[in-house]
Amino acid sequence: MSRYFTRLRIKRFYSWGGRPHSVNRKLKTFYYDSLCLKTDGLSEPCLIKPGQYVLIEGDDDDFPYVAKLLKLFSSETGKRKLAEVQWFIRFHEIPFKKRRLLGREAHPQEVFFYQDKTCDTEIDAETIIDTVQVVFLAPDGAFPENTSKSTLYVKLCWDMKAFRPVEAEWVQPGPKPAPPVAPPPAPVARSLPTPDVAVMKRAHSVSLRQLSRSVGKLGAGEAESSHSASKLSASKALSRKRRGSCEATPGVRKKLDLSSPGKRLTKDDILDELLLEEVESRVELARRMPASPPQSPARVFSLSPMKVLNKSAVVISPPRLIGQNPPCPTRISPLPKQDSARARTPSLRKESSSSALREPALGSVAEEPPLDQAAMTPRSKRKSALLVSSRIRKQLNLLNTSANPVSDDSEDDCFLPSQEPKSSSGDEEVEEEGSDNDSVTVRKRRQTSHTPRSTRKGSASARTPRRTPSQKAPPTTPRTPRHATPSIPARSLPARKPRNVLEEARERLHVSSVPESLPCREQEFQDVYSFVESKIVDGIGGCMYISGVPGTGKTATVHEVIRSLQQAAELDEIPAFHFIEINGMKMTDPHQAYVQILQKLTDQKATADHAAALLAKRFNNPAPKKETTVLLVDELDLLWTRKQNVMYNLFDWPTRRHARLVVLAIANTMDLPERIMINRVASRLGLTRMSFQPYTFKQLQQIITSRLNHVKAFEEDALQLVSRKVAALSGDARRCLDICRRATEICEYSAAQQSGSGLVGMSHVMEALDEMFSSSYIAAIRCASVQEQIFLRAVLAEFRRLGLEEATFQQVFVQHQALCRVEGLQPISISEGLAVCQRLGACRLLLLEPSRLDVLRRVRLNVSQDDVLYALKEE
Amino acid sequence: MSKRKSKDTQWTAGECVSQVRIYINVKYCVFCTYLNPRILIQSVKSAPCYRCALPYILLALFGQAQKILRERYCYQRVPSSPVGIESQRKNLLELLRRTAIHGESNSVLIVGPRGSGKTMLLKSVLKELFEVREVQSNVLLVHLNGLLQTDDKIALKEITRQLQLENVVGDKVFGSFAENLTFLLEALKKGNRSSSRPVIFTLDEFDLFAHHKNQTLLYNLLDISQSAQTPVAVVGLTCRLDVLELLEKRVKSRFSHRQIHLLNPMDFHQYIETTQEHLGLPQDFPDERFAQEWNSSIKMLCEDRSVKDVLRKHFNTSKDFRSLHMLLLMALSRVTPTNPTIKPGDIQEASRLCSMDAKANILHGLSILELCLIIAMKHLSELYDGEPFNFQMVHNEFKKFIQRKSHSIHNFETPVVLKAFEHLQQLELINPMDGPSAKIQKEYQLVKLMLDHSQIMEALQKYPQCPTDVKQWATSAFG
Repeated sequence: MSRYFTRLRIKRFYSWGGRPHSVNRKLKTFYYDSLCLKTDGLSEPCLIKPGQYVLIEGDDDDFPYVAKLLKLFSSETGKRKLAEVQWFIRFHEIPFKKRRLLGREAHPQEVFFYQDKTCDTEIDAETIIDTVQVVFLAPDGAFPENTSKSTLYVKLCWDMKAFRPVEAEWVQPGPKPAPPVAPPPAPVARSLPTPDVAVMKRAHSVSLRQLSRSVGKLGAGEAESSHSASKLSASKALSRKRRGSCEATPGVRKKLDLSSPGKRLTKDDILDELLLEEVESRVELARRMPASPPQSPARVFSLSPMKVLNKSAVVISPPRLIGQNPPCPTRISPLPKQDSARARTPSLRKESSSSALREPALGSVAEEPPLDQAAMTPRSKRKSALLVSSRIRKQLNLLNTSANPVSDDSEDDCFLPSQEPKSSSGDEEVEEEGSDNDSVTVRKRRQTSHTPRSTRKGSASARTPRRTPSQKAPPTTPRTPRHATPSIPARSLPARKPRNVLEEARERLHVSSVPESLPCREQEFQDVYSFVESKIVDGIGGCMYISGVPGTGKTATVHEVIRSLQQAAELDEIPAFHFIEINGMKMTDPHQAYVQILQKLTDQKATADHAAALLAKRFNNPAPKKETTVLLVDELDLLWTRKQNVMYNLFDWPTRRHARLVVLAIANTMDLPERIMINRVASRLGLTRMSFQPYTFKQLQQIITSRLNHVKAFEEDALQLVSRKVAALSGDARRCLDICRRATEICEYSAAQQSGSGLVGMSHVMEALDEMFSSSYIAAIRCASVQEQIFLRAVLAEFRRLGLEEATFQQVFVQHQALCRVEGLQPISISEGLAVCQRLGACRLLLLEPSRLDVLRRVRLNVSQDDVLYALKEE
Repeated sequence: MSKRKSKDTQWTAGECVSQVRIYINVKYCVFCTYLNPRILIQSVKSAPCYRCALPYILLALFGQAQKILRERYCYQRVPSSPVGIESQRKNLLELLRRTAIHGESNSVLIVGPRGSGKTMLLKSVLKELFEVREVQSNVLLVHLNGLLQTDDKIALKEITRQLQLENVVGDKVFGSFAENLTFLLEALKKGNRSSSRPVIFTLDEFDLFAHHKNQTLLYNLLDISQSAQTPVAVVGLTCRLDVLELLEKRVKSRFSHRQIHLLNPMDFHQYIETTQEHLGLPQDFPDERFAQEWNSSIKMLCEDRSVKDVLRKHFNTSKDFRSLHMLLLMALSRVTPTNPTIKPGDIQEASRLCSMDAKANILHGLSILELCLIIAMKHLSELYDGEPFNFQMVHNEFKKFIQRKSHSIHNFETPVVLKAFEHLQQLELINPMDGPSAKIQKEYQLVKLMLDHSQIMEALQKYPQCPTDVKQWATSAFG
């Protein structure tokens, strides 16, 4: 990753390069062909043009977002600078669960072509911080060896579900960016262009890279963006409106522009195509036209897909930038050229149905989904909108899949030859030689220069076949995993399967076994489901507080909801989302919550403070690619701190506009917000609350029955007894299941002794209940030694004498000696008496003060006096 | 000795030699120069002949017997078949077996007073469990003790160490507490019921774990036992009957509420039998004859009336076998070749030693002045009904005694009396009411007497050459 200056350190100023080249009257937007970026420390501004790859400010300073610039335009008022982009996604931004789909280690510099219909492609141009080079590689090709930090590689496309090879069209670069501001007037075609010194000086860190055995394109040039406080620019409504209108008549508007195809350019194109067939080499994206007037109002933006299309359709070879490079760089403005491309497009579309059909899919990456989303937003329409969008998506998927083979073939065809270093055509050779001659200087130039011309030259040198082999190296060895997660070793023998009905019943009744459904929580399930679903669908955030005593199925219900939602997301019924779970009990300190969230979200490790800062940034800043995050906070009360900042943040983030965070907080007490939260936290938590009532005996019975699922192991009465007993005590389903399990065990033992019915009956359940609920104090007193019993009696006697529930050991001991004499026992010494007292204290039949007080320690009973009397009388 | 000699034909030399480690490997005895052909094994130089060695052999046999018994009393050997707890044993064994073989997660508490055999039960169950080969290769054991692992951080490290996970990622595991926790949870979460090895956690002094912050460790262990992760069995040992009340409500909900109570409901007859068993020598004792003689003498001993009385007293105080072992150990150490069996007197003496009052013993060693101060304090605390007093008050009381009644005690200087007072404080016979940090002059610091009146009187009776006026002063009602 190239180093760029964070906005904290360096201010960036943005201005449009040149005047708008076109105007959308309806939307009152002005389209520009370049953005001028001036950084504080550097005197020379640099230009960013559509077609270049840019870095966009994101959550993470080290890993800004990557995108390809498609359009630059200003907002209605002209005050805001907006841009439309095609996103690329980094590996660590891909949802954790899906990462394994890649099936290999991701290259550190690898990005993926991002194909998500739901993500917002319109950004604030002032969030652009830099340009970057992006190189397309063959899916099976190796990564170049000495990767410069500023180059990213694209091999695959990520469409939210799977990694797919990048289709040929996308490799095709966008329309050539407009030339620099002040290019030297007339460079000669294909001659070594003399770089503009001023421009070269200005740009920094464009490094040379070589593209071995792969088709590539290179977005060269690097710019620095200035500026601060960048938020997603356009107001949603406006952008939707605009997009909607754009989409309503795309063809018409485009056709209107198609008026005059420039002849020379068509020729150029044909020439290029021929050249391509000969050369078949890896190409760089950013071979730009050396010169073109800055004012040229190139309408670059929406054309890229189409052009890509016609390339791949006409020439069965991977789209090459070369092809688009006019052999003779002239002053011709890109406009006619593009028009030519555009002019051809419609007809091509008609010719090749496959590619034409694919076009909307491509376009949709940028344009369609927002429309869907816009349509979906009103709640009332959600269902229908969903239906429509899903239908559309299905259709598109169908088309995609039908189109894919073709494109794959073509890709294969073109990739294969490209892997052999080829002897290229004459003029290519000339160029290469030329560039070789001053390869060192070229390298330097490429690092410093920013002009398309020099980039092009540099790329040529990079392609030199002569150099390629030497620089070819084995792909970078996969790094050893930074944190290998350990696991308990596997058992050498498999676990035994249950053999009889009782064992099977026991297995089914174990709390850990996931039931097929959650009975008795349908209403709660529905509520949570609709809450989370609506938030996900609308792409907004929200909080929900769920309370209930332990064992009432809170966490289980939420997990069930998430499972269903994930299924729905897999079926494309709702947008994909990210589920994170933290548990207050499973962390050592409330602030660890940040660390865990961050780690689960991005797989980064950070200290608590740093993690908090990163998360705040992530949730506060617009991040168009963001999926909705569903965060389950279990045992919320454990996250309490004195300042309550952890809870405050957790509930504050969802209220941020760009956060798309849904927080489900679970705790035991219903009035937790009122009791422990300060007002500002409680207010942010909101009023969406749900309380899980303890199960009634009928529900408990139903739970057991549904778990048993026709395994006949219990008598009806026995079940009823268990559920009634538990419902009366706590309504804790865990307890209920545990008792049932214990009852099966007891049944099994007794069945072994005498032949029973084989079913768990009342007696077994009674025994289990007794074991679990009966207090053992009375039994303990009965089993205590004689002196211990006498001591307890002495305690009672002393209490009666004092009229208090507390006495010192010394006082009790006097009574003890007297009682011993009455019983005809030899009195014990004080040391022995203390030992007796200590033993009773250890079982907690007595409560004692610490032992350093010796004979003066105070004694209290931990059992009721009646219990003691009862236990002692029985004898 | 002569009696022994007549029987000696039955003692084969080889047995004595190998077991008793007295090497008889000479032709000629170093003492009597008598050639004993029967024990002529190797012809080397200096060693006694069998007859001369007999006392040594006997000595060695007694040593051996004592060693066996002492080991039994001190090392808490697990008996091969514990008595009286068959049902509990079966219950626990089945539970752990299900974890080991079926991969079913469980949690259980073994509750019982100290010395009731909780650890013994667990050990014997684990021993039996690990005799199954299938279990041996599968189950991982983690022992934790609340007295050793005083907080969750240490406990986590210990778990990691015992699971031998620490070398998975080098020293990284022993990073922060938080890392350690997530690391371990992740490790346990990865497993599932059927494929990963079950882990048996035994938590000794379970109640102490409940005092850890937030009960994080217990929550997580019990949560794992209630979820479909690595199968675990959490076995807690505690002597607190109210242990469930210590658990936080969500921890409690996750605990399966299985409790095995060990309450030791044995009667005196069983107690005597067990005592006899504990005193007897095992069948595989090297010298059968010696063992037989010993065991019959023990049987006689246990039928003795005075011994029964002693044992009953002991039984009445505590059914705990550990305290019985103390008693037997003391009796055993009195056994010598000249005193070849445990006599009822030995048991009585041992019992006297065991039940001796420590504080009364201290009083025997006090000087007359200190004793007088103690008596003064006794009067003061009687007078003021247990209220604390200071040095000045005690000193005044003492002076009053000297002026009015004393004939034998002469007047001590105040610093001498203060010194005596401080010595009593050092012996902790008196305790200051507020901590040592309190900035009060020594003379006026409030203290309390930590002795019972009966102790003082008893000590006075036994005090050697106690002046009669002091005794009278002590018995008189007020000063």
